[in-house]
Amino acid sequence: MEKFTTHTGIGVPLRQSNVDTDQIIPAVYLKRITRTGFEDALFAGWRKDESFILNQEPFSAGSVLVAGPDFGTGSSREHAVWALKDYGFKAVLSSRFADIFRGNSGKQGLLAAQVAQDDIELIWKVLENAPGTEVKVDLVSKTVECGNVVAPFDIDDYTRWRLLEGLDDIGLTLQHEEDITAYEATRPSFKPKTLPARTQ
Amino acid sequence: MGKTLAEKVWDAHVVRKGDGEGANAQPDLLFIDLHLVHEVTSPQAFEGLRLAGRPLRRPDLTIATEDHNTPTLDIDKPIADLTSRTQIETLRNNCKEFGVRLHSLGDAEQGIVHVVGPQLGLTQPGMTVVCGDSHTSTHGAFGALAMGIGTSEVEHVMATQTLSLKPFKTMAINVEGTLRPGVTAKDIILAVIAKIGTGGGQGYVLEYRGSAIRALSMDARMTICNMSIEAGARAGMVAPDQTTYDYMQGRPHAPQDADWNAAVEYWNTLRTDDDARFDVEVDLDAETLEPFVTWGTNPGQGVSLSAEVPSPEDFGDENAKLAAERALQYMGLEAGTPMKDIRVDTVFLGSCTNSRIEDLRAAADIIRGREKDPKVRMLVVPGSARVRLEAEAEGLDKVFKEFGAEWRFAGCSMCLGMNPDQLEPGERCASTSNRNFEGRQGKGGRTHLVSPVVAAATAIRGTLSSPSDLEPVAVPASTTTDAA
Repeated sequence: MEKFTTHTGIGVPLRQSNVDTDQIIPAVYLKRITRTGFEDALFAGWRKDESFILNQEPFSAGSVLVAGPDFGTGSSREHAVWALKDYGFKAVLSSRFADIFRGNSGKQGLLAAQVAQDDIELIWKVLENAPGTEVKVDLVSKTVECGNVVAPFDIDDYTRWRLLEGLDDIGLTLQHEEDITAYEATRPSFKPKTLPARTQ
Repeated sequence: MGKTLAEKVWDAHVVRKGDGEGANAQPDLLFIDLHLVHEVTSPQAFEGLRLAGRPLRRPDLTIATEDHNTPTLDIDKPIADLTSRTQIETLRNNCKEFGVRLHSLGDAEQGIVHVVGPQLGLTQPGMTVVCGDSHTSTHGAFGALAMGIGTSEVEHVMATQTLSLKPFKTMAINVEGTLRPGVTAKDIILAVIAKIGTGGGQGYVLEYRGSAIRALSMDARMTICNMSIEAGARAGMVAPDQTTYDYMQGRPHAPQDADWNAAVEYWNTLRTDDDARFDVEVDLDAETLEPFVTWGTNPGQGVSLSAEVPSPEDFGDENAKLAAERALQYMGLEAGTPMKDIRVDTVFLGSCTNSRIEDLRAAADIIRGREKDPKVRMLVVPGSARVRLEAEAEGLDKVFKEFGAEWRFAGCSMCLGMNPDQLEPGERCASTSNRNFEGRQGKGGRTHLVSPVVAAATAIRGTLSSPSDLEPVAVPASTTTDAA
């Protein structure tokens, strides 16, 4: 995973709450078996509408999405994060993220920055009054800057550390493989196994 | 201080405590007892293992099935949609390569992953269960800690049989009293979501408690836990009790002989201690609940079936107001319209929320001896091939077919329309599934979430209806159930 320290790019105001992962990437795009190439799938339903924000210049070149509360609700599809990343987004700002979406973002190096709704409103105004304004997201100081707005954001320390260091989760866990083996030895015999298969 | 059920299950699975404390605490590493796999969220995870040269650590704690993409008609023919077929074939190849047990289309144990696990007896109290599917919360009905995960985590579990998890907060959902006739588990959970909101459970594990929950069957408890994710929760749980044990006993993978006794002894400890404290408690009065239905485009946008479509002006919060406006426009509804005046084109009985045998029985009991509105099409999609066989043994397939409903093969089907079962733009559907998101059941489709008995009554009248709206019929219902 690439290290993330700061990113500066065009902010995209998405004035909508409850942006669920079915909107971020409709299910029809989940049939692919690759991990990349999902840029065409991002907000595919909404992008058919010419007035959708990503169909407008200069927002189509945006890399920081500024969304309403409860972003990423619904399905666990990590494809939602892949689609945002493949399109070119590096960070999403929202006052509240769905847990699974936030977890998936952290694994893929997409920064999910939790910003107070009052600050989101201020950033929306800046971006709408001066389209093309850049948003600076600084993971070191945990702040976002947009025009004259400077706001703190929340992210848990563990995810922040992993993003800053660009660390791979599986590699980290396998450093403790002996702990896993030791735990396995203590599991009671009544716990089920899928193999050998038993059926009715 | 005592522990909650969720905390007990968590503590029993800690492989390694995270370093640090408080805000600086790293996540705990938890052992995963059961990993359920399906075709949609696994291909990139298998590919990750392959690229890194890693084995799948515990094939004996892993099981796969085909559900999201599978057709519900002509299942003996090759899948027509090439990308769907490729995804299914990829799963078959991956399972072969990594030694994972797979129940393919046509197999008697194939079906929706959250129906298959419990019916095989693989889901048991006190376990940790994960799957690359948000509705994994279903398995919490057994007192398991069950969570939906993303594909990176799927790969992590495949490689290590563990997950790094951040501590959660606990929320008690207390539902006391007796449900009125025609009111079901689905109505309880829709009312809970409407009450706490789609983000209300965020960061929490919910425990459903109280006399109304205790009185529910396992199928009904699964319906409730299934939709915990629609309130944003990490998981939902019900403490195991005699109802749970009766369901478990004799299932293919249930513990046997001495193991059964040891298991029950352990399961009996899986109760929230009297002196444990929840971070939040929410109370719901079962006696006052009515059949519930959604009017909008998220599962929190619901009302009693006897109510009217709300107005955006009813919402104080500016974002909620905007969301309501947008939802009404998408749904083609006007504020003030009685919900029961809304005409539907399609009724879908199925999904991991409501496709188990009791759901089918409850719907069949309503339609037996009655006629379907000729303009309404009804799809009945059993949750698994096993449920389908069971229903056919009871003659339920005949009840549905005589009524004019389509009796299909098992899978996720119209819940998310990854297979050919989709709504047309503008088509309105009363659906027993879990998500009324824009375009979820097909581009431009309009979804109203309902219980199986409301779905059945709606298919008869053509408008959103509860069983109490129906004229009595001479044929008595053959079974009675508090499920669905």
